[in-house]
Amino acid sequence: MPDLLLELFSEEIPARMQRRAAEDLRKLVTDALVERGFLYEGAKAFATPRRLALHVAGLPPRGQDVREERKGPRVGAPEGAVQGFLKSAGLASLDEARIVSDPKKGEFYVAVIERPGRETIEVLAEILPAIVRSFPWPKSMRWGAASREPGSLRWVRPLHSIVASFGPETETPEVVPFSVDGIEAGLMTRGHRFLAPKAIEVRRFADYLPALERAFVVLDSERRKDIILHDARDLAFARGLDLVEDEGLLEEVAGLVEWPVTLMGAFDERFLAIPPEVIRATIRANQKCFVLRGAPGPDGRERLANAFILVSNLVASDGGAAIVAGNERVVRARLSDAAFFWETDRKVRLEDRLSKLESIVFHEKLGTQAARVERIAGLARALAPVVGADPDLAERAARLAKADLVTEMVGEFPELQGLMGRYYAAEQGEDPAVAAAIEEHYKPLGPGDRVPSEPVSVAVALADKLDTLVGFWAIGETPTGSKDPYALRRAALGVIRLILASEARLPLRAQIAAAAAGHGQKSDAFAGDLLAFFADRLKVYLRDQGARHDLIDAVFALPGQDDLLMVVRRVEALGRFLDTEDGKNLLAGYRRAANILRIEEKKDGRAYDAAPDPALLSLPEESALAEALRSNGAEAGKAVAAEDFEGAMRALSALRAPVDAFFDKVTVNADEAGLRANRLALLNALRAATREVADFSRIGGEGR
Amino acid sequence: MHSPSGYREQMTATDADLQPTRSFQGLILTLQRFWAAQGCVILQPYDMEVGAGTFHPATTLRALGPKPWKAAYVQPSRRPKDGRYGENPNRLQHYYQFQVILKPNPPNLQELYLDSLKAIGVDLGLHDIRFVEDDWESPTLGAWGLGWECWCDGMEVSQFTYFQQVAGFECAPVAGELTYGLERLAMYVQGVENVYDLNFNGREGDEKVTYGDVFLQAEQEYSRHNFEAADTEMLFRQFRDAEAACRAYLQAGEPGPGGEADRRGNDTRHRMAQPAYDQCIKASHVFNLLDARGVISVTERQSYILRVRELAKACGEAWRRTEAGGLAGDAPTA
Repeated sequence: MPDLLLELFSEEIPARMQRRAAEDLRKLVTDALVERGFLYEGAKAFATPRRLALHVAGLPPRGQDVREERKGPRVGAPEGAVQGFLKSAGLASLDEARIVSDPKKGEFYVAVIERPGRETIEVLAEILPAIVRSFPWPKSMRWGAASREPGSLRWVRPLHSIVASFGPETETPEVVPFSVDGIEAGLMTRGHRFLAPKAIEVRRFADYLPALERAFVVLDSERRKDIILHDARDLAFARGLDLVEDEGLLEEVAGLVEWPVTLMGAFDERFLAIPPEVIRATIRANQKCFVLRGAPGPDGRERLANAFILVSNLVASDGGAAIVAGNERVVRARLSDAAFFWETDRKVRLEDRLSKLESIVFHEKLGTQAARVERIAGLARALAPVVGADPDLAERAARLAKADLVTEMVGEFPELQGLMGRYYAAEQGEDPAVAAAIEEHYKPLGPGDRVPSEPVSVAVALADKLDTLVGFWAIGETPTGSKDPYALRRAALGVIRLILASEARLPLRAQIAAAAAGHGQKSDAFAGDLLAFFADRLKVYLRDQGARHDLIDAVFALPGQDDLLMVVRRVEALGRFLDTEDGKNLLAGYRRAANILRIEEKKDGRAYDAAPDPALLSLPEESALAEALRSNGAEAGKAVAAEDFEGAMRALSALRAPVDAFFDKVTVNADEAGLRANRLALLNALRAATREVADFSRIGGEGR
Repeated sequence: MHSPSGYREQMTATDADLQPTRSFQGLILTLQRFWAAQGCVILQPYDMEVGAGTFHPATTLRALGPKPWKAAYVQPSRRPKDGRYGENPNRLQHYYQFQVILKPNPPNLQELYLDSLKAIGVDLGLHDIRFVEDDWESPTLGAWGLGWECWCDGMEVSQFTYFQQVAGFECAPVAGELTYGLERLAMYVQGVENVYDLNFNGREGDEKVTYGDVFLQAEQEYSRHNFEAADTEMLFRQFRDAEAACRAYLQAGEPGPGGEADRRGNDTRHRMAQPAYDQCIKASHVFNLLDARGVISVTERQSYILRVRELAKACGEAWRRTEAGGLAGDAPTA
């Protein structure tokens, strides 16, 4: 079976786009083939900085023949109809059509159209240029003389040549004949830019791969990553060091080289006085190099080594000495900058930086960072007792939490915000809880991030997020669809996780009002919407934890559910209750009662919400149910008030037997109107009793 | 005065002094020769303060329109905010860029660039040259392009951009722009750690002139000026004046009523695009000074950038209606 080899050779493709582009190429080509009825055995795509390549194996040499019968007009039909038929079926005259007779319709013409399957190569010549022309690069460009005219080819960077060959393994493959904007598909490509710049001829995938290897190109990015990782580990090991692995950096670096050559450089030991995170950020962000761990320090803490791993794209004639020296120079300059920032930043106390926050606008409609800090400080102080934190420390931490934004270091490395604040706070002798909170108040940053547990951190983290959420709700900048530019979903999830992890009792309605007051606003207009947003985020969160969606709805349907910890406790208790026999039966009984009520209330156009009249209870099962509802309903209510949800469920479970007995023996729709009304009122009392714990009408069927 | 034979000796010595690896001026001369050999016109720096070589009308304006254009020049770049009072070995508020623009970009522009590195003494068998994604955008010029920062052993030594849009107009054809950071490159090829230690003239001993001899005092003085003394009230006024002048010159250059009298009937040619663009450059530099003085808030900043961009767009629009801008009918047929 023949194979397709396609290579699109260009100037350097951004590393971050390569993986996706290879995948897009594979999908676009194979989808287009399948759409035209061409099946294949396998397809794999590759990317290097200078090329996208695709191998599609096991394609048929040609497509299947198609035979189609097309029904025409009856014999003797008007000339117009006959001509139309001949034209649409591609026949010269009626002699080429067959006549078929049908007992009902009589005789009519049929055209038999036979189309031989198309040559695959011909189809490829149609598909490939179209895909090149409309390739979904995240950003693309025009270039050269051709860009004088509108509609010239766009590619991620100038496209130079195309290899497209098709044919079976044993024969000489053919070039897929097509061209795009003057670039003719052929069999010529190039190797490594510096190590093998001459043109090389390739025929098929089986010789393409080794030809590239000989020309210093490792086609498969996974292999490049492997080579880098192993060489880096080996180099580190040989010096008794440990590579600090970094998947994101590895992926990027593998996208910057066709022939990875891993080398080790060193820097002056004095730079190790800089916090390790800073060294790593400097070397990673600016130089795209890996850092190394050395032996632990005297305090037993992990320490970086004064060395780094760089990945070059060249087998240098001096063994890489000049490359290492050059990289060391740049690393030295960068670390000198970082050391300078570290020195000068510490000369100014964090509190003395606060005035600078006055000139930084947080958001056009939400004022400056200074105003924000003021609000967060107030909230953190108020929240402190709820989460068991010292109010003074919470306020102090909140006041200093954003001060590092105006340090030189964070100006240079924004990703170090919080962490630098912590270092500087510790250096100036702040309480350890304050220093920790400065770093941790940003947390948790996502579903996988750690939730702080230190109470001061929790207070400031909650204050920060509540202020942000309420602020954006107050100005109507709420997330819509996939748009959430201020990461408000993440903030709400953060609040939820902080509350649940710290078991904080925090009725949100009051907190929203308090945060709104900080913005000089009343929360009435948006509190409901924001609470619903929290409910949604909580649902998503609990569902991810495996809780039943419908149970969360059943609890949220009750009025005033803004205490997330209680909501979760109640959902958990409800879930356990519904897993018991008593729970299942009571739910069944509830549904029966609710159905009857719905039908009868609709029929009668009235609600049966009065208390049942004891005088009208005629059967023992009625009296028993009434009594059980009175006592257990009250007990459930009491238990809920005491936040004893297990107790409330227990009280409800005692209703199961009287409910079952009632439906067994009592006819609700009695002939006597008074009896009937009273029995309906009794069912209503059952519905009301269950509402003490949840809205049972929201509970779904079996399972999830 | 030298005797004829002494003069000859002097010449030989000068050639060695002007090796790109030995003197800053040698580096500049080598790049000029290299690009002259590619058919570029070698221009001199534009006689106005600009933040980057791109502002030179030979790049900004010539990138617009269909006419082919090849130019190379050194441009002093003023970045008031980057001043460090001469105390930082790498940062300067005034430094040199070597700028090359080729419109349309030739298909082998990357190879030409690598050849230019060879010409200034970078051995490509020894050094790791990389093209790392760097999309360029100038909010004040309403311009963007795709390209790379060019790395030599991990150090960014040049920027390489295919202009896609300038002054809000699509580039047709696209121009390729190369910007060499001359001080950095010189430090690299001379093996110097501090910019002020660069050998400027290639001489040794008493005759040696360093970059510091030429510029250290200026860096100190201008840092003081940029951060402490620049008269902000005057600068705000100058910004408004430049903005108004730009608009006025654009208006005056129009062929129709209200503009310069038109003696050629329906000619839509604009007659004063370049003087107007000078005022746009001026406004941009004044804004940079105000920014360095820290008197522009974050919100205001955006609106100032927008105001300069509006001027740049209007100038670009006017330029497209000039002969050099490729006014229809004047464009070459080839």
